[in-house]
Amino acid sequence: MSVPADLKYADSHEWARLEADGTVSVGITDHAQDRLGDLVFVEAPKLGQTVAKGKECGVVESVKAAADLYAPISGEVVAVNEALSGSPEKVNQDAYAAWMFRVRPSDPAELNALLDAAAYEKVVASEEH
Amino acid sequence: MHPTGLKRTPLFDAHRRANARLTDFGGWEMPLHYGSQIEEHHRVRRDAGVFDVSHMLAIDVSGGEARAFLGRLLANDVARLGLPGKALYSCMLNEDGGVLDDLIVYWRGQDRFRMVVNAGTVDKDLAWIERQRDRFAPGVVLEPRRDLAVLAVQGPQARERVWQVRPALRAGSETLAAFQAREEGEVFVARTGYTGEDGFELMVPAGGAEALWSDLLDAGVAPCGLGARDTLRLEAGMNLYGQDMDESTTPLEAGLGWTVAMAGARDFIGRAALAQRAPRWNLQGLVLRERGVLRSHQPVRSARGPGEITSGTFSPTLGQSIALARLPLAATAGEMVEVQVRDRWLPAQVVNYPFVRRGKSLLPG
Repeated sequence: MSVPADLKYADSHEWARLEADGTVSVGITDHAQDRLGDLVFVEAPKLGQTVAKGKECGVVESVKAAADLYAPISGEVVAVNEALSGSPEKVNQDAYAAWMFRVRPSDPAELNALLDAAAYEKVVASEEH
Repeated sequence: MHPTGLKRTPLFDAHRRANARLTDFGGWEMPLHYGSQIEEHHRVRRDAGVFDVSHMLAIDVSGGEARAFLGRLLANDVARLGLPGKALYSCMLNEDGGVLDDLIVYWRGQDRFRMVVNAGTVDKDLAWIERQRDRFAPGVVLEPRRDLAVLAVQGPQARERVWQVRPALRAGSETLAAFQAREEGEVFVARTGYTGEDGFELMVPAGGAEALWSDLLDAGVAPCGLGARDTLRLEAGMNLYGQDMDESTTPLEAGLGWTVAMAGARDFIGRAALAQRAPRWNLQGLVLRERGVLRSHQPVRSARGPGEITSGTFSPTLGQSIALARLPLAATAGEMVEVQVRDRWLPAQVVNYPFVRRGKSLLPG
């Protein structure tokens, strides 16, 4: 299971990446896609919507199950990855390339409070035994 | 039995080698998928896939009273088995007309039959069948065949691939019609399945299962797990025991009226109850008309009254969500209903099923 060292993580299995323009890209982790199996649709928050850290902001559904998407960081949604609506399997193929939405953070410090790769790996390990 | 507490089929090591994601299915540790269940689904619709279904149990039934006994035990009529090798789908009912299990029974000639029952109901089935045997036909011999492995090879190219790896089977099985079987040496070849595609179900001695499995994979047949098996059977409009019907449901409430042979006076178990018990609902097909995924137990509401989804999924062939649902008797194809998906009521249309047959959509429009 891949857990890139340069990303931040939420224990609800989202990843967050700080982009050069100060926005934060959000997706679900490789572990999450592996547990869900083949995704069949991604309902990300809408462009312009305000999301709050730790709150539900969308849904991902696989053939097997539905899972809530939680915002790892608060702010305004400034981009949505439309490519995923026709090809949700991109999330299964490469979970860290398949960003779902981008947020302009209202409090960039929230990013530091997220898990680093080592801490997230412990979360995954604790769920798997 | 293994430290996991789960039973394993003779192909368990082969599944591990093929990187199967394993799951608990009725007490068996079975492949859910080998990477992508949607990919496996498409392989079966377009080419050929193989499923290990050795968790299901073949039970051989023999003896002079075997045919009369099965006539008493099963809601469908084994008198319909007019040619050796012929197969019949049937429900086995309790005295109240509830479905104990659904199964396939093959006539093997003379007084020999073979039933194949679901894995999750094996213990209950065997106890029931033995009890009925003791009451009605003590001379009948029942032989559970755990020594057999069962491989379902399904898809438009399935039969060709089987003949390619086992040429000796071709002559005997080339002329088999659908729902017919033949025994070639130690191999039982049946032109049956649970996918809506052509193909064979092969029963072989457990010791030979792994070689057959590997040879099929080497010939380009895709290993397929229970995930794809479920989306394929649902597209094909086939019931799943425990989900679309169980002991609280009659076959008439599960879309299986066509399997209950009421003609004549044959006194099968459950008949008297069925004659008195008015169906409470119909099993109908649904197609979701918005984005989302229908799943079992979601509530349905309609102008005709409430209902419930018994099986729902995303259909890889149709690219939309489909379901089987218990609906009020008055509900008919074409009407719109609403299904509660998470916190929203989404529009769905009642349709006739199967949804897909031989790779093609059967949906109207």
